[in-house]
Amino acid sequence: MEKIEVKGISIELNEEGFLTDSAQWNNDVALELAKVEDIELTEKHFDVLNFLRDKHSAGETLTIRKVGKSGIVDIKGLYDLFPGGPLKKSSRIAGIPKPTSCV
Amino acid sequence: MKRFLILGAGTAGTMMANKLRKSLSVDEWEITIVDQHKTHYYQPGFLFIPFGIYNKQDVIKPKTDFFPPGVNVVFSEIDRIDGENNQVFLNDSKVLSYDMLIIATGVRTVPEETPGLKDKLWYKNIFDFYTVEGAIALQKFFKSWEGGKLVMAIAEMPFKCPVAPIEFVCLADWYFTQAGIRDKVDISFVTPLPGAFTKPIATKMLSTLLEEKNIKVIPEFYIQNVDNETKELVSYDNQKVPFDALTIVPVNMGADMIENSGLGDDLNFVPTDKETLQSKQFENIFVLGDASNIPTSKAGSVAHFSAEILLENLMSYIEGRPMMAKFDGHANCYIETGFGKGALIDFNYDTEPLPGTFPLPGIGPFGLLKNTKINHYGKIMFRWIYWHILLKGKEMPIEPHMTMAGKVKMK
Repeated sequence: MEKIEVKGISIELNEEGFLTDSAQWNNDVALELAKVEDIELTEKHFDVLNFLRDKHSAGETLTIRKVGKSGIVDIKGLYDLFPGGPLKKSSRIAGIPKPTSCV
Repeated sequence: MKRFLILGAGTAGTMMANKLRKSLSVDEWEITIVDQHKTHYYQPGFLFIPFGIYNKQDVIKPKTDFFPPGVNVVFSEIDRIDGENNQVFLNDSKVLSYDMLIIATGVRTVPEETPGLKDKLWYKNIFDFYTVEGAIALQKFFKSWEGGKLVMAIAEMPFKCPVAPIEFVCLADWYFTQAGIRDKVDISFVTPLPGAFTKPIATKMLSTLLEEKNIKVIPEFYIQNVDNETKELVSYDNQKVPFDALTIVPVNMGADMIENSGLGDDLNFVPTDKETLQSKQFENIFVLGDASNIPTSKAGSVAHFSAEILLENLMSYIEGRPMMAKFDGHANCYIETGFGKGALIDFNYDTEPLPGTFPLPGIGPFGLLKNTKINHYGKIMFRWIYWHILLKGKEMPIEPHMTMAGKVKMK
């Protein structure tokens, strides 16, 4: 179990670097998590992150295709924002669990 | 007289028609089942067609062989469901009213979703084996193929029978070994997932198996398009995989009818309570089989196990009692691995596939996550069980809920 510290608050991560408590997420946490991925977050990034968090809290299964149809960004654009494994990386930075593209 | 309507007469719909006719009084309930096709396909058998093990006649029977007496059968395309008014519109503008509805319209492959897939190489160098036409075209192609790059690719998650592509490459390894040209066939497995399968322990076992068979896994490859000129798969992050023969699992989607009804998600799967199997939008609509969005495999075994739970809940609902039966996501899949052997996985929402043994009275035990001959016979025998027991909704010696008996807990 790993921990990061953001503005004096200790945030717990699981062995794959995902937040164990999604409620601890805020913009500062996102910026810190993005650093690990070498991504500098822009407004567009945050639009995607908020979309993921909304869909996640609505209990929906997330896929790259769904983000691509969101109207925020197309799939190509998503890859540009979060290069290499865009859904996994954006989910991690959005503070939600690893997407379980179900069997 | 109350009306029970079942949309879709595949594995799930046919089983429910049989179970419901036994459970509901003929004086109180009229049961109607609707499907656009008259042929029932034994879909697990499609996998064997490209390798000449099965042919078309081995996997088809008339749907009417499997409906019980006392069920009305309508062969028609379905246009849409009007959930507010409890009506279903058929394509010939006929309207069916219902008191209770089951959606069992399954999934279909949609090659049109991937640019360049259904183009000039389609059924020449590019094939699917999720349709009988594709499987037969591939059988013809393989018969005279002299080797090259064979690529098995998955376009999108989720898709029907998630182990089938793994079985396909294992059988291809066996087939081209028998044909004496395995050294001329380079086999790759391209997947959007991080590994050969979704769950860690099974992925480890299956990765080792594929490695032993000299099959290369190319993970995290999300297909953008197929280039018909250069014969390459192109991903969104510009990786390229060249092929001489491409077998693909196209994007899987629920029926168009679901979209027309405003009942589906972005892939036309119906949002469904994963325990009770009730649709989230209308309380008298239930969903069985591949058509739902429940987070487990899209597979016949899931439809079978959940059918027993659904029947219990339907009876409770009709009689005004709370729905107590809860589906646990139980799936059970034989994995044909070539050379007369097979593996078996058994899992649910919470428990990933584990090694150990799977008890089956009178026949088993089968080895879980082990590559054995008895598992292969289990798969071969299953076709008979499917036609004679499963579709007719008869009792099977397997509990709907997953059991930990025989499984070895791993850290």
